[in-house]
Amino acid sequence: MTVKPTSWIGASVERLEDKPLVTGRGRFAGDVSFPHQLHMRMVRSSYAHGRLKAIDVTEARAVPGVVAVWTADDIADLPPIDFREGPNEKLAPFRQSVLAKDVVRYAGEPVAAVFATDPYVAEDAAELVTMDVDELDAVIDASLPASEFAAGLTTEPTICRQGYGDIAAAFKGAAAIVEMDLSVGRHSGVPLETRGAIGRYDAARDVLELHGAAKVPHKNRESLARMFGRSTAGVHLYEGHVGGGFGVRGEIYPEDVLVLVAAMRLGRPVKWLEDRREHMIAANHSRQQRHCIRAAVDAEGRLIGIDDDFFHDQGAYIRTHGTRVADTACGILPGPYRLPHYRVNAHFRLTNKTPAATYRSPGRYETNFVRERLMDAIARKLGLSRIEVRRRNLISPDEMPYERPLVALGDEVVLDSGDYEGLLNKALERCQWDRLEREVAERRKAGEYVGLGLAMYVEKSGLGPTDGARVNVHTNGEVEVITGGASVGQGFETVIAQVCAETLGVDYKRVRVIHGRTDRIEYGIGAHATRATVMTANATAVAAGKVRVKALDMAAQLLQTDAGQLTIVNGSVMRTDGAGASIDLGDLAHHLRPVSPTRGERDPGLAAEGWFTTAHMTYPYGVQIALVRIDPSTGGVDIEKMLIAFDVGRSINPMLVRGQLVGGFVQGLGGALFEEFQYDERGQPLSVTFADYLMPTAHEVPEVDILVTEDAPSSCNPLGIKGAGEGGVAAVGAVIASAVDDALGGKGLITQIPITPQAVKAMIDGQRK
Amino acid sequence: MTERREITLTINGTAHKVTVEPRRTLADVIRDDCGQTGTHIGCEHGVCGACTVLVDNEPVRSCLMFAVQAEGRSIRTVEGLQQGEQLHPMQEAFMRHHALQCGFCTPGFLMLAVGALEKRPDLNDEELVDILSSNLCRCTGYENIIKAVRAAAADMKARA
Amino acid sequence: MKPASFSYHVPTSVDEAVALLAELGPQDGRILAGGQSLVPTMAFRMARPTHLIDINGIAELARLTAGGGIVTVGACVRHAAFDSGTLPGATGALLRKVVQNIAHYPIRTRGTFCGSVANADPASEWCCVMAALDGVAVLRSQRGTRRVPAAEFYQGVMATALDEDELLVAAELPMLADDTRTGFVEFSRRKGDFAIAMALVAYRLEGGVIVEPRVAIGGAEPHARRIAEAEDVLSGQAPGAAAFVAAAEAASAAVDPMEDINNTAAYRRGLVRTLTQRALESAE
Ligand SMILES: Cc1cc2nc3c(=O)[nH]c(=O)nc-3n(C[C@H](O)[C@H](O)[C@H](O)COP(=O)(O)OP(=O)(O)OC[C@H]3O[C@@H](n4cnc5c(N)ncnc54)[C@H](O)[C@@H]3O)c2cc1C
Ligand code: FES
Ligand code: FES
Repeated sequence: MTVKPTSWIGASVERLEDKPLVTGRGRFAGDVSFPHQLHMRMVRSSYAHGRLKAIDVTEARAVPGVVAVWTADDIADLPPIDFREGPNEKLAPFRQSVLAKDVVRYAGEPVAAVFATDPYVAEDAAELVTMDVDELDAVIDASLPASEFAAGLTTEPTICRQGYGDIAAAFKGAAAIVEMDLSVGRHSGVPLETRGAIGRYDAARDVLELHGAAKVPHKNRESLARMFGRSTAGVHLYEGHVGGGFGVRGEIYPEDVLVLVAAMRLGRPVKWLEDRREHMIAANHSRQQRHCIRAAVDAEGRLIGIDDDFFHDQGAYIRTHGTRVADTACGILPGPYRLPHYRVNAHFRLTNKTPAATYRSPGRYETNFVRERLMDAIARKLGLSRIEVRRRNLISPDEMPYERPLVALGDEVVLDSGDYEGLLNKALERCQWDRLEREVAERRKAGEYVGLGLAMYVEKSGLGPTDGARVNVHTNGEVEVITGGASVGQGFETVIAQVCAETLGVDYKRVRVIHGRTDRIEYGIGAHATRATVMTANATAVAAGKVRVKALDMAAQLLQTDAGQLTIVNGSVMRTDGAGASIDLGDLAHHLRPVSPTRGERDPGLAAEGWFTTAHMTYPYGVQIALVRIDPSTGGVDIEKMLIAFDVGRSINPMLVRGQLVGGFVQGLGGALFEEFQYDERGQPLSVTFADYLMPTAHEVPEVDILVTEDAPSSCNPLGIKGAGEGGVAAVGAVIASAVDDALGGKGLITQIPITPQAVKAMIDGQRK
Repeated sequence: MTERREITLTINGTAHKVTVEPRRTLADVIRDDCGQTGTHIGCEHGVCGACTVLVDNEPVRSCLMFAVQAEGRSIRTVEGLQQGEQLHPMQEAFMRHHALQCGFCTPGFLMLAVGALEKRPDLNDEELVDILSSNLCRCTGYENIIKAVRAAAADMKARA
Repeated sequence: MKPASFSYHVPTSVDEAVALLAELGPQDGRILAGGQSLVPTMAFRMARPTHLIDINGIAELARLTAGGGIVTVGACVRHAAFDSGTLPGATGALLRKVVQNIAHYPIRTRGTFCGSVANADPASEWCCVMAALDGVAVLRSQRGTRRVPAAEFYQGVMATALDEDELLVAAELPMLADDTRTGFVEFSRRKGDFAIAMALVAYRLEGGVIVEPRVAIGGAEPHARRIAEAEDVLSGQAPGAAAFVAAAEAASAAVDPMEDINNTAAYRRGLVRTLTQRALESAE
């Protein structure tokens, strides 16, 4: 008989995270409090653009319970918030100061901060701060000619350019040219937990602590230390539970800086909780772009070239990400298609709206919509089916790895693996596309407005270059994995525990995963760009592998057996044939204590560190198909069928992968049909409540069919993983637009999202006339 | 004008004597004055449902009640769902069906669903979805929440 | 989003409440009923009453009765009372239909019928009911009791005939004859949201033709109202596509819809046509 260790990778096990969360014992930012703490409240500009002539804080200061009220003058020594990837001279003048000075550039911009003993009192006092502002014209449309940002600076800080080939020649030789003007609306992550930050200065240890951190604690520690001129050893970030990240949460915002400075200067812990209205005007927006795009194709519908000028509405300032979203959009726009010539100019524009940055699948949600609209238009122009035009352009498996002279997230684009047409075939078969097409045709004849949509896309994940993890077995047999990853609710702990459990041979429930703590590990990549699973899991596997070797070596000595004949099953080392004695990992840890005589020459501790380095990102890919029905009288859109087919390379926990895809889909649906941050012509935000910013509820959500495949394991990492975090959301705008357009007769009417009932109704009425 | 009142709130059977301004919402007082932070606050204007608790066994938005209004009423929060170590069938079902990701909305959904099903154990699917559309979740896409509540409804009936 | 300070009063009788209102109403004292509209407004500090008079403790206001051809809805009767509702007849059936469209269950457990009526949101379903059924607002103050019909009560967007010292003690709805057919349809982008437009219809048949038609439109104009033009079209007609389409057309021609960033007047007008027709088609 041979013993067989339990297989944890690939198992849909329950999450380690859940117990405290279902029993009300989570620790979100709002749940963190320190004795004697103060509460901070921001005073925000109510003007979208104006000269800030004076601020009067006297009345506010006089409110009992108020300890301090700060304006820009009180923190004049603080630099503006810098870019995560370090200084950038060209973009530096466009960064946001912690508190506005001289000019306000969006409604919601922090102008003053009130510190009081009670949050209600802080809000009372904040209302008493008055501002003298000369209102200036607000720039609302990023695609109008650039104007003045400040003396000598325009509202177009830069144009991100990418491309290759000879675009002029491509268009000259084209059999057909397709041209479109396509827009994506301003929307964002809007997690259910608003932001929160608690600053605490521990003078006894000379350590500055930020609680409520998320996403990229280690990177943020570096930025903050730089800002305050402190050593990173004297700054620590602590991530508790995070009520949704989606790209928005965990960047450094003015409020994070303020609670820290105030904690030092006022000598008391300072707590700030964002309220929902603030969140809608202060936390990063995203997505808003307008693409003026042209495609040159040959007579068979093959792409010869794409030429795109797009306007990226960055909002009022350039925040921590710099130009990353626009850059990524440029690099990923070609998607799964062969494209001989390409030129893209991203006009990176500042407007008088809330600053923008990443939101789940940044640069892809937008460009997938744009490119797939274009593919549908090409099909129409050449009289091809939407499937056929895609087939003719898809990169084939034998062209992998496929290099593109483009850059996304600072990384050269090398599509590592993929069978795009294979997945397309599987998706078509799964939803019985041909039958659906026939049904749609029949229902249309009967007068219904129904339509089918299809979108193909390439995602990216696993941005490197390097991540590390430490695995430590305690003498009671419990395993601790210390990572620099971060958890934003995606099941990080469970996934890492599964990988560790599989490699080491223990029950995943015996694994405790540490994340988001800069005081436990010196380096960490956090949780963004769907990298945690790929990078941290692989690093964990390396570390756990080393621990395994050490455990077997120690056990071999104790069991008087050759290490090659041993295995680890459920935390016990035993012979592979099951015969003889066994020894628990906890006991081995005991034998490896520094003082243990049996340890011999081995280093103390049943522990190891592992690192994983990758040269390139890995590219999962997907196909989305939707069937929609329009109510021609109201313009309302109903999704009757939805399929997401996605290749994840290898799935560690299929239940969690599915959860990511479905959850992402619903966010994408929001951007496709419901969610938009709207502004009036003066730059006043109109979507500041949950009654105006419409996120889908259980009612609006169709059943989603999910087809997860593992056909193309990544060649970039030993586990073969590609991330799934952004695969659900990425092409929803594209597929819903395609389906609604089809329902309207497939004429290319849908050129912007979100698609509102009013707009659809107007299109129907227009066609009837 | 900061008049304060001494009130007693009974949360999960435990009396909490607190002195509060009338303007303090029930949600804030449950969390900050009574230390029961399982009840979450996501919008403070009645739309998200993260703050849902049971007052006299009816689900309500605790951000839209003042604490002074809850004096003498029975308040139930997520902390009171489990009996000793035994989780409530609804909590178990949420875990089993992966009905939570970040978990921020979870206490609100649990209280909403428990409150609704205690009153009407025989809710059909359409009614369930209708009730669950009261609260927002930004992570799960609802599919698994609906599944979990459906499963728990059966368990609750079996255990009743 | 924390409300500004206020003083809190908890009367236990209507007399006590009106006495408080007489004193505090002129100093921006307000009634607190279900709080489902007032408290969010206070959280945004768009309302900052200095006094709140909480009527939830007044037992006599919690009564929902039907008798003498009238349904009387006391000021503390919650939306949820109509959910499972024991109210008889066509009126009961109509109210059960309507209530499903108001917000969500945990809001219905607190919000009150009269609070909606007093709040007079253009898209309040209960205001549409009041208009359609010619409900009467019963207003009490120390000066006496006034009974104001819906057509006079509503004056504009969230504007009513309610004086600052008056308490809306009850809303009275004349009961529909048992054989009345009623229909209610609304449209909003998400279920449970305030509607962009709604239509409520009621009619009876005598000798195969429509009598006593009622068509009320809410959400489209500053306040809900009956649309006489549509009712005239229906009167004396046999129920069916021809009459319904014509009535819907008349309703949409008669309204003067509000505009906002997401809804042009033309779009709302179109919705009024569609919803009126659907309400008529679904009436039972
Ligand atoms: C998320 C959400 C969605 C909603 N959706 C809808 C919807 O779709 N349709 C809808 O109709 N409503 C909706 N509402 C509002 C809800 O129905 C409210 O309950 C209702 O509008 C007001 O009733 P209330 O008892 O809560 O009044 P309160 O909020 O207590 O009071 C509202 C106003 O009326 C005054 N008032 C209340 N009662 C009296 C009285 N008896 N005499 C004099 N003045 C009085 C108050 O002083 C206050 O100014 C929604 C609310 C929320 C939070
Ligand atoms: S916090 Fe109460 S409903 Fe959102
Ligand atoms: S699980 Fe994150 S909001 Fe629901």
